[in-house]
Amino acid sequence: MLESVLLLVSLMVAVALVLNAWRLMIGPSTADRILALDTMYINSIALIVLLGLYFQTDLYYEAALLIAMLGFVSTAALAKYLIRGDIIE
Amino acid sequence: MTALWILLLPALGMVVPLLTAKWGRNGCTLMTALAPLAALLVLLQATPSVFQAIPIVSTFEWVPILGLSVSFHLDGLGYLFGLLILGIGLLVILYARYYLSDRDNMGRFYAYLIFFMSAMLGVVLSNNVVQLWFFWELTSISSFLLISFWSHKSDARKGARMALTVTGAGGLALLAALLLMADVTGTYEVRELLQQGDVLRASDYYTVIVVLFLLGAFTKSAQFPFHFWLPHAMAAPTPVSAYLHSATMVKAGVFLMARFYPALSGTELWFVIVSLTGMITMLVGAYLALFKHDLKGLLAYSTISHLGLITLLLGLNTQLAAIAAVFHIINHAVFKASLFMAAGIIDHESGTRDMRKLNGLFKYMPYTATLAMVAAASMAGVPLMNGFLSKEMMFAETLTQETLGALSWWIPVLATLAGALGVAYSLRFMHDVFFNGEPIDLPRTPHEPPRFMRVPVEFLVVLCVFVGIIPQFMVGDLLAAASLAVLQHELPYYSLSLWHGFNLPLLMSVVAVIGGAVLYWHRRHLFHFYGQFADRDAKQIFEGAVQALQTAMVAVNHWLDNASLQRFMFLLVLLALILAASPLLHLHETVGTQPQLALNWVVGLAAMLLIVATLLTVWWSHRRLLALIALSVVGLIVSISFAYFSAPDLALTQLSVEVATIILFLLALFFLPQSSPVIDSPFKIIVRDLGVAALFGSVIGTLCYVMLTRPLTSISAFFLENSVPGGGGTNVVNVILVDFRGFDTLGEITVLGIAALGIYKLLARIPLYMPTTDSKGHRWSQDRHPVLLALVSQSLLPLALLVSAYIFLRGHNLPGGGFIAGLITAVALVQQYVAHGVDWMKGRIVFNYQAIIAAGLLIATMTGVGSMAFGREFLTTWFDYVSWPIVGKFEIASALIFDLGVYLTVVGATLLILANLGKLTTTERLRAGEG
Repeated sequence: MLESVLLLVSLMVAVALVLNAWRLMIGPSTADRILALDTMYINSIALIVLLGLYFQTDLYYEAALLIAMLGFVSTAALAKYLIRGDIIE
Repeated sequence: MTALWILLLPALGMVVPLLTAKWGRNGCTLMTALAPLAALLVLLQATPSVFQAIPIVSTFEWVPILGLSVSFHLDGLGYLFGLLILGIGLLVILYARYYLSDRDNMGRFYAYLIFFMSAMLGVVLSNNVVQLWFFWELTSISSFLLISFWSHKSDARKGARMALTVTGAGGLALLAALLLMADVTGTYEVRELLQQGDVLRASDYYTVIVVLFLLGAFTKSAQFPFHFWLPHAMAAPTPVSAYLHSATMVKAGVFLMARFYPALSGTELWFVIVSLTGMITMLVGAYLALFKHDLKGLLAYSTISHLGLITLLLGLNTQLAAIAAVFHIINHAVFKASLFMAAGIIDHESGTRDMRKLNGLFKYMPYTATLAMVAAASMAGVPLMNGFLSKEMMFAETLTQETLGALSWWIPVLATLAGALGVAYSLRFMHDVFFNGEPIDLPRTPHEPPRFMRVPVEFLVVLCVFVGIIPQFMVGDLLAAASLAVLQHELPYYSLSLWHGFNLPLLMSVVAVIGGAVLYWHRRHLFHFYGQFADRDAKQIFEGAVQALQTAMVAVNHWLDNASLQRFMFLLVLLALILAASPLLHLHETVGTQPQLALNWVVGLAAMLLIVATLLTVWWSHRRLLALIALSVVGLIVSISFAYFSAPDLALTQLSVEVATIILFLLALFFLPQSSPVIDSPFKIIVRDLGVAALFGSVIGTLCYVMLTRPLTSISAFFLENSVPGGGGTNVVNVILVDFRGFDTLGEITVLGIAALGIYKLLARIPLYMPTTDSKGHRWSQDRHPVLLALVSQSLLPLALLVSAYIFLRGHNLPGGGFIAGLITAVALVQQYVAHGVDWMKGRIVFNYQAIIAAGLLIATMTGVGSMAFGREFLTTWFDYVSWPIVGKFEIASALIFDLGVYLTVVGATLLILANLGKLTTTERLRAGEG
């Protein structure tokens, strides 16, 4: 039962990722695309956590943690680039 | 240890002249002479053992498994050459004190000279063939420095280049010969090699070995047709010529032939090549020497001729000939060194070396003239001089030859002809310079040189005479010991004395002397004959050849490298395609036996995302920021795939690298155009590139498919089994990194540190273009550091550091480790730079990143050294388990300290690169010359 639920949820998250990618592709503005990338980070966290549940291991927890923490850094850097060009000043 | 000290003392003495140059000329000379003198004493102290043929060997193992050792030995031949190198070297040091002018840098000159002396000693004392070759090349390099000592002169530079090119190229041939010899006999030891002559001669490679070997020896000893470099090396200061071209450098070639005489000689091939080359060289050298107007030019060609004589003797099929060769090595060194010094005195005191101007100098410098004439008489082979004895031995040996069959009588006749030419040029040296009328507009009025400048010449000339009159007493034992080393078995009977009765060799000598006198008397006709041929300057031919080679190579280079990145990629991919595709052509089964995994929708969608993102990256390649965003998606999906396929370590690493990469790209992108220019490539180029890309993609795809469908047996089983018992950690990846392959990791973090420092240095001078608007022309926002970003980032830092510490500590047993932890820390700190700016960080980060890299490398290295303190190999790890309250059982491993080193290096390197790239736009920017 749990297995089927996990598979179903994973599939939904994967579809969400595809939709993110669609937004990333069509834009139209660069901010839209950065936002799409950031949402992909969030969805990836979900996917990895689901993966951990599915395989019944806690080894993936850190990977999710890392995306949560460092994905923010990428997004912030990209956004800073948009408004100032120079990200470290 | 004796053999080692003889080399080590001068090698250490190399710095002495540089340090004492400020003590004045006398002080510097005296101090410089100390080290060679000490070495000479060590050598002399070994005399009794050498003469009793007791081998003196000192060997140090270096890489025993490859047969590499540092090994020196002293036998009769090495002793003889050591004596010449150190003895004449000391005389040259004294002579150079008076020869060099105040404008010459004396310390540098002496340092080069001692460098050369050490290299030469290394050649004659080496007991390992690779080591011998190493010193051989050092003599080429150090003689290059000496010949080009007056580097402001064009001919000195050209002559030095020519000498280096010819002898260096010969050295490469020699290396090949020595390695082949070692391969055939299975030993790198010279002493053992000499016993393996039969194995070498029976080997299939014998011909190749002999030809390569002789190429090395002939180029060094200026044998025809490689003789052309020697006269041009005369652009060197005369002390250098006296040293290099009488006793040492050019003798290295004949030394080599004598050294390997037992191993390589004894076949028709050897005798024909060596004796014919020697004969031609002897004749050509003697003939050309006669026509040189330059005093040193005459001596240079005479040297070529005498080297030919020694080579000829080594190529004659008798043991007595080899003994005569050794004897002539001694004699030639002694008289030629004194002649060069005399020529230097004449040049020094009269301002020219042109024999058309130099006449009648006897009146002005009778003492020097007498010395020079005695030495020249020895060169001519006049009785009572040492040159006579060995020349007569040579005449005697040529009579017994049968190399040319029925025409073998040519050999003694040609030898006599060469002897006559030798007498003729020696007469020219004596008569033309010291008599023959009055000097013609000399730059200076000649006079006797300073007292001590003559001392080396006097010493050598006295030796010439004494050896000539009482040879057995003077050099009997030395010659016997050296000949024994050359022949490697009991010596045949020979007699060293002035008078052997009336015999054929004596007649040949008489014919040579009379013939030489007649030739000189009628030299007008000879000069007329010689003048009919265009004088071809070897220097111009050589430079022309080098230029032509260079032009050709530049053309080849341009053909491959037209500075187009597309072309580089094309060639690179094409080559990889050929290499990767060819094995696939022979593979019949594409699908292997490995059962395939079931495909589920999630994996399928992720794979599709990966492909789409990759295509987007390519599609947007001209719009750089968008390409970067698409690239991030690729990185993200790859990380998830790593996690899905049970490689959490890789997933963590990929994720942290991904972030650092984006920041790096963004920092660089600011200084670059926002979109790369679109150049309309010709249609055929597009087709070509698309074709190659498609082919390569299909090959790589097939390759992956073939590999993935086959069961993989690799070395991973070993690591899985030994990870816990051997390294004490359950995370195999980390145990491999810090334990099994710790040495690799140490190398890698060292490279990382070096790369970071290199980037740091390069950033200092970078010219910058800073855009004032974004790509659409909007002005930048005025809000430099948004408050929200600053707040969130600052609260992220402790969390990130905590995660980093956690991942670091558990790395040995669970996914993580120093590398990932280092990246997390670095990224968290870079985020503070982004959010708060450089000025804010400056007050808070008080340490510099170079120091962190250094500390990291030091910790990692010291962990390795630490294990040596316990008598273990470098980088052996130690681990144990302790029980802590609360935490419970906890493992302590020295690998953890090593990992700390990795961590610090990664943090330092990443920050050094990213933070300094970021600082380029600020006032904290690196200036050229800083850091």
